[in-house]
Amino acid sequence: MLRGLEFDIAHLFSSSVLILSFGLLYQRRLFGVLQIYALQALAVACAAAWQAYAQAYPQLYVTAAIALVFKAIVIPVAFHHIVLRLHIHREIETVVGVNMTLLFGVALVALSILLVLPMTTTSGNLTRENLALALSVLLLGLLMMISRRNAVSQVIGFLSLENGLILAAIGVKGMPFVVEMSVAFSVLVAFIVFGMFFFRIRERFDTLDVHYLEAFRGERH
Amino acid sequence: MIDLLLVSILASVLALVALALIALLAGPPAGGFVYGASAAASAAVAALATLYLAAGAGTPLALVLPLGLPWLGAHLALDALSAWFLVVVGTVGAAAAVYGVGYGRHTDEPARVLPFFPIFLAAMALVVVAADAFTFLLSWETMSVASWMLVLANHREPGTTRAALVYIVMASLGTAALLLCFGVLAGFDGSYAFADMRADRPEGWLAGLAIALALAGAGSKAGLVPLHAWLPLAHPAAPSHVSALMSGVMTKVAIYGLVRVLFDLVGEVGWGWGAAVMLLGGISALLGVLYALMQHDLKVLLAYHTVENIGIIVAGLGLALSFKAAGLLPLAALALTAALFHVLNHGLFKGLLFLGAGNVHVATHEREMDDLGGLVHRMPATAALFLVGSIAISALPPFNGFASEWLTFQAILNGDRLPMWPLKFLVPVVGGLLALSAALAAACFVKAFGVTFLGRGRSGAAMRAGEVGPAMVWPLAALAGLCLAFGVVPTAAVALLSPVAAALAGAPFPTATDGISAAEWLFLIPLDPGRSSYSGLVVLALVAGVSYAGVLAIHRLASNRLRRAPAWDCGFPDASPRTQYTSSSFAQPIRRIFGSFVFRAREHVEMPEPGDFRPARFEVEIKDLAWAWLYAPVERLIAFASLHLNQLQHMTIRRYLSWMFGALIVLLSVVALVG
Repeated sequence: MLRGLEFDIAHLFSSSVLILSFGLLYQRRLFGVLQIYALQALAVACAAAWQAYAQAYPQLYVTAAIALVFKAIVIPVAFHHIVLRLHIHREIETVVGVNMTLLFGVALVALSILLVLPMTTTSGNLTRENLALALSVLLLGLLMMISRRNAVSQVIGFLSLENGLILAAIGVKGMPFVVEMSVAFSVLVAFIVFGMFFFRIRERFDTLDVHYLEAFRGERH
Repeated sequence: MIDLLLVSILASVLALVALALIALLAGPPAGGFVYGASAAASAAVAALATLYLAAGAGTPLALVLPLGLPWLGAHLALDALSAWFLVVVGTVGAAAAVYGVGYGRHTDEPARVLPFFPIFLAAMALVVVAADAFTFLLSWETMSVASWMLVLANHREPGTTRAALVYIVMASLGTAALLLCFGVLAGFDGSYAFADMRADRPEGWLAGLAIALALAGAGSKAGLVPLHAWLPLAHPAAPSHVSALMSGVMTKVAIYGLVRVLFDLVGEVGWGWGAAVMLLGGISALLGVLYALMQHDLKVLLAYHTVENIGIIVAGLGLALSFKAAGLLPLAALALTAALFHVLNHGLFKGLLFLGAGNVHVATHEREMDDLGGLVHRMPATAALFLVGSIAISALPPFNGFASEWLTFQAILNGDRLPMWPLKFLVPVVGGLLALSAALAAACFVKAFGVTFLGRGRSGAAMRAGEVGPAMVWPLAALAGLCLAFGVVPTAAVALLSPVAAALAGAPFPTATDGISAAEWLFLIPLDPGRSSYSGLVVLALVAGVSYAGVLAIHRLASNRLRRAPAWDCGFPDASPRTQYTSSSFAQPIRRIFGSFVFRAREHVEMPEPGDFRPARFEVEIKDLAWAWLYAPVERLIAFASLHLNQLQHMTIRRYLSWMFGALIVLLSVVALVG
């Protein structure tokens, strides 16, 4: 019964991922950032599940499950824990120029659409829109990484970039399952490494603001 | 049978490489063998190439070896142009190698020279037969690095390390320009084999870019003004037999690269480029000889003369390009033949002169002309042979320099046939530049020969000098003999060159022998017998006859009463040799005329007060303008850029990420806009 709507629903999920990316760019509270990230991961999981149904490609259900369990639940909860233990849950990041960053993000979305749509005229609509949205999510994740100074937010930017990768992978027919598996695994490793680094940095510098790290290098910057 | 020719040439090149290994393993005791065998291999290359040219240079021989890049292989080819340059490389290379047998014993650290000498020769031969960009550039770089090592052989002498540094920087820049040039010629999806480049020639501004890059790349190696400044530093710093190779042969290999690109690979070159090349040549010729006149170091003087002669050759090439663009193919063949003939001639007499300077250096350990003098009495053979080289480079008959410069002027005098108005004005200007530089060259060699060999010795070393061994005289004699032979029978060289002209200029050399039977080998008659003709043999006979008659007349008619009188007795009986004309005083009138602008010459006179016993001092300061106008700004720019780019090394991670992000966005935007 949903066959006629497959494009619209896929579009809906992908677009929510993108919207949530903008939310990440805007949000300044760490808990807020974590919640939005969890929501984004949930949207990615839904998108994967829907693609599994629409393409009749059951392996994507596994992708959806991985996204749901690890990225929507385990990672946000773990980060929540870390933030509480580090006593930075009350910190409000001083992010300068949020409005400009958002405008720049809009420009990046426009660039992605301009880039992807003319290049993929031979592919189906589903793939085209999906790729454009995925590229936008990826670029916005990168933008978040460079516009934030708190290490936790930077890592969340990286993880949201990875959401963009998954989004691109599920939209393309016949993408080998092992790719998604390895991406998921690498994210997990990255998460562990980052988590350890947070504690080490905090131990040494009493802050997670990487700005202080830069000053500590003893060089001009 | 013909393929055998190319294989034999390659075998000779391979033998040179093997000799380098032997030199490396056996060290200086094997010097005589290595130099002797190198001479044999070079002579074999020259002989085989001459054979190929004399047989009419039919179809080009090609060979693809499975070496180098896996999808390309090493393409090697022998066509008329390659063969001609192989003749130059082989002939001068053989003479320099024979000279090395004797000279090698006088070098301070022979182990620094011996392994690189055969490699240098092999690389130059390989550049000339390479038929794809990769092999070409690889050989070219090997040639540069080998010669760089040879320049560094005398690394204990002050200034050598700086000369080597400047040289390697310029050589790298030149190679980079050539690399880009071949990239342009190959196109986006083209192959790097020369044959494929010929099939798919660049057009419009791409062709212009390729020409400009070739001029920068090969021109810097050849020593075209304003990229010449490394040359008078590096060439004299090397041991003399290497200087002979660098000045006489390596610059010619650079000319080969230029001819290969301009006449063969690019194909259609607009007359504007012809005019630019011609003007560059004319300016190089004049500035080269002017700078040479100011020098008082014999080898530096010779190195600046290389700049001058390269200018003459390049002017001929530019003229040929212009004639070709105008469709005047026989005239293009004339100009091209003249330029390529001068390539051989300059190799011969510049090799001769550098080896002669080597003899002077071995005998006196002196390169400063103002400390030499009177050597004609103590080194008569070297003096006579150096005189032959001086006459040849001054373009006086009956030697070879006159023949090729005469041909160049025949082409220039026909410049009024060009239909383009700017060229009608430019060609006589270039002709004037070349004529002026030819006259100044003669003045310069009057000075070089006169100050070094005539008069009285200006130092103890010059007074005590003795003639060098025969092993260091015979190679000079061979080169001098060739200078005379090609001057007397220039038609032989022109005949060897006719396949080259036919292939590259589109027409054979325009010999006009109608009306005069059996004059083909005796008289050089371009275009029209009524207009101009030259026979070296007749001139030689005339010169010999008149001289003999003159000597006879003097001996018969003049008084043979013996008179002895004090020399240099102009009111100052025991004159010091220091009162003789020095090289600087000889050049002073020209320095006064051109000096204030071209050389930034400043003369400082310091006169002591009356009653003060200090000596009066006179100092002259001369600068090469290329340093002030080209190199110094570039150096400042690089220093500025490296200072500021240094900050890129010290950025924060976030800044690095931002830069990468920015680069990604820019690239994506380019794809979005273009694609």
